[in-house]
Formats: sequence, structure tokens, C-alpha cells
Amino acid sequence: MNPSRRRFLKSTGLGFLALGLPPAFLVRTAEAQQASRGKVMVVVFQRGAMDGLNAVIPFKDRAYYTLRPSIAIPEPASGEDRVIDLDGFYGLHPALAPLKSIYDQGHLAVVHAAGSPDNTRSHFDAQDYMEIGTPGIKSTPDGWLNRYLAEKKNTELPFRAVASTAQLPRMLAGSAPALTLSSIDEFRLRNEAMAATLQKLYSNTSDALFHFGGQNLFAAMAQLRQVESKIPPATERYPTGRFGASLAQIARLIKADVGLEIAFTEIQGWDTHVNQGGAKGQMANRLKDLAEGLATFYRDLGDRAQDVVLITLSEFGRTVRENGNRGTDHGHANVMFALGGPVRGGKVYGRWPGLAPEVLYEGRDLNLTTDFRTVCSEVISRHLGQKDLSKIFPGFRTTAAPPGLIV
Amino acid sequence: MSAKLTEEQKVVHFLSRTSFGVKREDVQKVNRLGIPVYLEEQLHPERISDSLAEEKLAGLKTMRLSSRELIELYPPPRQQAGQQEMMGQQQMQGPRTVILELQQARLLRSVYSRRQLYEIMVDFWTNHFNVFSAKGADRWLTTAYDRDTIRPHALGRFRDLLLATAQSPAMLFYLDNWLSADPNAPAARMGGPNNRRRGLNENYARELMELHTLGVDGGYTQRDVQEVARCLTGWTIRQPRGEGSFYFEPRIHDTGEKIVLGNRIPPGGGMEDGLRIIELLAQHPSTARFVSLKLARRFIVDDPPTSLVNKAAEAFTKSAGDIPTVLRALIDSPEFYSPDTYQAKVKKPLEFVASALRSTGAEVQLSHQLLRYLGRMGEPLFLAQPPTGHPDVAASWTSPDMLLTRMNFATDLIANRIPGSRIKLEALGDKDALARLIAPDSLSTATRSALAETEGSQAIALLMAAPEFQRR
Repeated sequence: MNPSRRRFLKSTGLGFLALGLPPAFLVRTAEAQQASRGKVMVVVFQRGAMDGLNAVIPFKDRAYYTLRPSIAIPEPASGEDRVIDLDGFYGLHPALAPLKSIYDQGHLAVVHAAGSPDNTRSHFDAQDYMEIGTPGIKSTPDGWLNRYLAEKKNTELPFRAVASTAQLPRMLAGSAPALTLSSIDEFRLRNEAMAATLQKLYSNTSDALFHFGGQNLFAAMAQLRQVESKIPPATERYPTGRFGASLAQIARLIKADVGLEIAFTEIQGWDTHVNQGGAKGQMANRLKDLAEGLATFYRDLGDRAQDVVLITLSEFGRTVRENGNRGTDHGHANVMFALGGPVRGGKVYGRWPGLAPEVLYEGRDLNLTTDFRTVCSEVISRHLGQKDLSKIFPGFRTTAAPPGLIV
Repeated sequence: MSAKLTEEQKVVHFLSRTSFGVKREDVQKVNRLGIPVYLEEQLHPERISDSLAEEKLAGLKTMRLSSRELIELYPPPRQQAGQQEMMGQQQMQGPRTVILELQQARLLRSVYSRRQLYEIMVDFWTNHFNVFSAKGADRWLTTAYDRDTIRPHALGRFRDLLLATAQSPAMLFYLDNWLSADPNAPAARMGGPNNRRRGLNENYARELMELHTLGVDGGYTQRDVQEVARCLTGWTIRQPRGEGSFYFEPRIHDTGEKIVLGNRIPPGGGMEDGLRIIELLAQHPSTARFVSLKLARRFIVDDPPTSLVNKAAEAFTKSAGDIPTVLRALIDSPEFYSPDTYQAKVKKPLEFVASALRSTGAEVQLSHQLLRYLGRMGEPLFLAQPPTGHPDVAASWTSPDMLLTRMNFATDLIANRIPGSRIKLEALGDKDALARLIAPDSLSTATRSALAETEGSQAIALLMAAPEFQRR
């Protein structure tokens, strides 16, 4: 489905357009030739709020089994449909099995009890907060990934920032150009005879919104035609569906060396209020899609994985207690994954807050011990090399030491 | 635009906001009747005969069937294994056919109905009270939702519409309220999955306040969400995959006292608890403001001025939520005809596609291709998964990818390369006449000079792909 949500309702239109358009845009195709193997950050948004407690299970916390009589995943033991032990305390949901070998190789890390500190339980507000990077402050006009692009303007390549979705996510909205590319192969005008006229119209129009979008579009199409021959076809078989297809495309762009630095995609269907299932069922199917997609992506990258860090985000976690319909309702802290060559994996990061009633957030949810911005900051500073984060996450001062999950 | 609108611009602007696309004959009619008379007619759809649209829909059999008939005639594919030979091609597709016909009907009505403002409002409420038609039993329940829940009230009273959605099997299923039960009720065991005890589910209660009535900043707490959920226990569905009708099940209802938004709901209210919640929310000032904001966003600009929203909210409150009264307040406002409002909205994909078909007088048949284009532009009809529905702001519809799809649609349409749509180019008139239906005397210099260089069908395609046609 299309993630058409209230992402932009609160923003003031595209006010940033008044800042002026980058005149350098059309010369970018020339610069593109110089693009080489750069560092890449990939963000995967799990929309709908994944139940982190059933993705990475704290199986040694007995309260987990008490509070989830029908949906808990059985403790690790021989046989199928059990928790896959990671470190004697936490374990993976069995549907995440494709990720286990990457964890063992030290290139997948887990951060538990992570997320946004704001207490909203609205999907839409929580997604917005996570995308604009200022929990609790709705008026922030742009996304934190875009602020990174604007802050570190080393190159201006059309493929520098790509959302592998139809709609531009709020995380990438802002003054720096970002591209949406749902399909490399269909990214062309079907009537080539009109291309020149349309391009001229859009580059000359006084309509700022469409001028901006049109310039971006035509520059990207031109660039794509130039590098097309370099873009390898997908070699690995990704799981069918939109998520797998989007990761396949991101891997192709990374391998084509077209200057991709920030990539975004999303995976839906996590809002499991009813019959979410345990080792099998509704949520297990989503986890399988997630794990097979990520594992295929990692394998597909081959030696390019050493330049790539992928992180996952979801707007909030879900209630510790299962609800009356063998599902879970909107909660608080969640789980994040970090995947890639530079990831110091094979470890579950974050302090475990516990599941005892007196330590639950507002009496019902997993407490938060790692702000998602701490993890994102570390990827931006250590992997992408942008040390000053004051404009990217304004007002965010973490007292916690960086988790150290990037080499 | 800085100058005041000309009379011609006013008419085109009025029609572009109150219909799915400006047609020459509509301009002529408004010129004849005047905007106020035309608007009153549009606000009374029952007075407008709509035979052409009805004729177009005649082949869509599922539109007339009950939920029970739909599930019997279009069962899920699994259940039909082994009986495929007895089934026609259509039935083999099972519930896919049901959703496809629903989508086709929506597109055909947007193009052909003479009750244009009514169709606009049906679309508006479909998104406001969104149901994801691919979720479980909603594959068979959404047809009745459109026909029996949204359509009868789209230009009625907000309170009636709210109650109808709250009691609709489609919504009860989509947001899980049909399963919500008092965990302590003796009968909470009944009907629960695998005979497990059922309990409270707060999904609908939250969206009811956040999205349907008060708005996320409307002044409710997590505690209110739980209390509203308790009030609504027992509002459920008789046989979601059978009869598919609403009923109140007292045996799973929470009979205790509740406090909602500071109001005490005494114990023992039964079904009345939910009805009181609907009244409370329908009459709440935050609801008047939130619904007015969304209507102002639809009819005026993405970020409407507070003064205008307040004016509409006052009309909402004074008229006890009479939807036409709120629409009059918005459409009669000076803000509606302000130069800042002219061409200020970006069309959603449905608005873009329907307006291209209307403005070119395309002959539209049942078509999968047109629906597929809508999906690629980001608006698959009845298939918005999150409860917010499809958004109504420019930033959601103008990514480079979506822009490209719109350009490709325009050129495919004019080249008659979309099966199911046929344009008679010779009947289209010249490009200048068409431009007068889009932005009379107000095309940008860039569009005018591009148009001057282009002739024939390419000029028409160019107009459809130009920024002006992406707006209304």
C-alpha cells in the first residue's frame, strides 16, 4: 500500500522552496562522473509500530512469559518455533533466522529498549517525530536526513539521496534535493518526443513547487540514462513484494557507484492489535519478509557491504501485556537493528529496563533506555563523518555515551 | 496571482473546487444560473437526475449485492479449489473482483456523475473515515460501507455519519472494535479465538478521537482512550463473513462506570454508553474545529487561516453539524475567491485523472489500466492501509516519481494508449479553448510559450502535463 499518511499535514507546505533553488543542479550530471565508492546510510522504516518484544525476545525476563500467555515465543531449546538464542538473555524470533548468521559474523547489531522519548501513542505523530527528528516539536519543517544532506554539502549528485518509495518520506523532505524512485526501469518518459518541451516548461515555470520537482526529475532522468549501463541487474533473489523490490533497487544503485549516500525504504503491516500470532502467524510473516529482505540485501552487496550501514526504525513499541484479542496495543520503547560492514555486531546494545510492573513506562509499556537519535547520530558521525550534529538533531543532548556500534 | 479574479476565473475556480474537473457545459450552466443557484443544486444531489452515471455502473453487479451475497458469490480463492470448473472467470478471482468493481464505480462516478460536489464529499469522507478494503472480511464489507454508510450521509449531518461509521461492520472490523470485550465479563470467553478470554482493544477508540472527531490535539488522554474503549465494548458484528451486520452484545459489555473527557457515564448503560460517546464527540468543540480544518484544507488551501477555520467551526456548531451549512460557509467566504486560493491546491491522483478524463470528454469504459495508473500515482482507491486515508496536501503528491507518472499518464491518455479510455481528438476543440477551462488568462509564461511551440494532440497532452493542470 502507499504510505499515504499525515506526514506533511502539519508542515507549512514546502516553505523551504523560498530559500531558492540550487542552480548547480544541472551541472550535476558532469560531477556524477567523479562519483566513486562512498559511504552509504540506509534507513528502513517499519510503519505501524513493530512489536519489538516479540522480535528480539528477552526470554530470561520471566515477566515476558507471564504477561504474554498466548503470544510469547517459547524459550530456546532444540526444535522449531522457538527463540533463537543470541546471548543467553535475548533471542531472535524464529522468523528472523536469516539474520542469525550475519549476527554471528559480527555485522548485525540489536539495540533494545530504543525509540523516541515522546509519549504519544498516535502512529502518525510518532512517525512524524521520528522523521523530523524532534520528538514533541511538530513545527520542525524538514526531516533529519535532509538536514544532514544540507549540512554536509560535499557533492550534489541527483542520486545522492533516494527514497525507494513513490512518496517522499518526511525524513527526506527539506531544502536539499532528494529523489523518489519506485522503479529504475520505469523511470523514463514514455513519449520521448515531448521530453525537451516538458523539460523546458518545468525549468522555466514560475510555479516553485513544480519547478523544483521538475528540475529534480529531469536531472535524475538524464543522469540515470548516463549511468544506466553501469547499473547491474539484481543478482540475488529478494522476497517478492514491495520491500524486497525496494532493497534490490537500493543495492543496484550502491553497486553502480552513482553517488548514493542516503537511501530510504519502508515496510508496512506491523499494527498487530488482533491475532498477531507467536512463532507463526501474522507478525511472523512480516518478520520473515523483513529478515529475508535484509539478509538478501547484505549478501547482494558483497564487498560493498563494508561501505554500508542500514538501520531500522519503527514509531513505537507495543504494550508489554497482550491485549484481549491476542494482539498488542500501542506502546513505547522498541528494538532497532543495525546492519552492515562497519557495524560492530554480534551484540545486543542498550540497558534492559525490565518488565516488572513498577518499571514499566506509564504502567504498561517497555521503558526507553536509548534515544533513537543516539543511534542515528553515531551512524552520521562515525560512518558518514559528519561530526557536528547540532543542526541535524537540534536540541538533542544525550548524556549517554555513544553505544559504540559503529567501528 | 495578485489581482482580483476575473468573472471567468471565478467560475472556473469554483468548478475546479466543487467538481472532479471543469467541463465546458458546466461553465455554461454556471454562467446561466449563477454560482449561488448552481451551488444550492449541487448541495441537493437528490434533485439531480444522474442517469448517465447509473448507466455506466449498470454492469457492476457487486455494487447492488449485500455483504452476505458478496461472500457467497465471491468466496476467498482457497475455498473454491476443486470447484473452479463450475465457476465463471469472475468468481475465480474471488474478492478481488469485489474491490475492483468498487474502485471502478468510484472512478466512473467521479467522471460521469452530475452530482459532482456530492461525489467530492463521498471521496472526502471515504478518506476521513478510511477503511482498508483488503483487510480480512473488509473485502466483502466495504461495498456496503460505501453504499449504505458513507453515501447516505455524505451531505447530511456529521453526527449521523459518525454514528453510521461507528456501527458499520466495515469499520468495526477494520479497527478491531468488534473483538473488544470487558475482560471481566462472564461471557468474555464466548466467541474469542480458540475460546480464549477476550479483552479490551483500544484501536478504534483511539482513532475515533484522533482521526474522526477531536483531532490529535483535541484534548483527550490515554485514559480517555481506554474509557471510550470500555464504553464501546459489545459494539460488534454478527457473522463478519456471513450476515455481516452490526449488533450490540450485552454479554461482553463493560457495565461499570466510565469517565470520558470529564463526563461521568453511570454504570449499567449498556448500548447507551456508546451512543452517549458518539453524541459527546459529535458535539465537542474540538470536533467542530478539526472537521472544519479538514474541510477547509479540501476546499481552500493546505494550511487554511485560523480565522476561516473558526468561521466554519462556528457554522458547524450552530447548525449541529449540518455538512452543507459548513460547506456554504467555506465556499461563500472571501478566502475562497482570494487570489491566494486560486490554483493553490494540488490535485490528488483521483482528482487529476478524473479531471483529465472530464476535460477531454474521454469516453471511459470499465478499465483496469486507469486504476493501475491511480495506484502508481499513489492513490489506489479503497486501499489506504493506515486509518488516515489518502492525504490531501501538495507535499504528498509531488515527488519526482509521481510527477513522472502524471506526465506519462497525460501523453498516454491523449495518444489513446490507455485501454478503457477513448478521446475523440477532433471533438476536443483547440488548445486555447481547453486552456480556458484550466486557468483562463492565467497560464504561466513558461506554459504559454511551450504551448505556442506545440500543435495538435501534443499540445493537449502538454496542457495535461503542465503544472497548471496539476492544480485546482
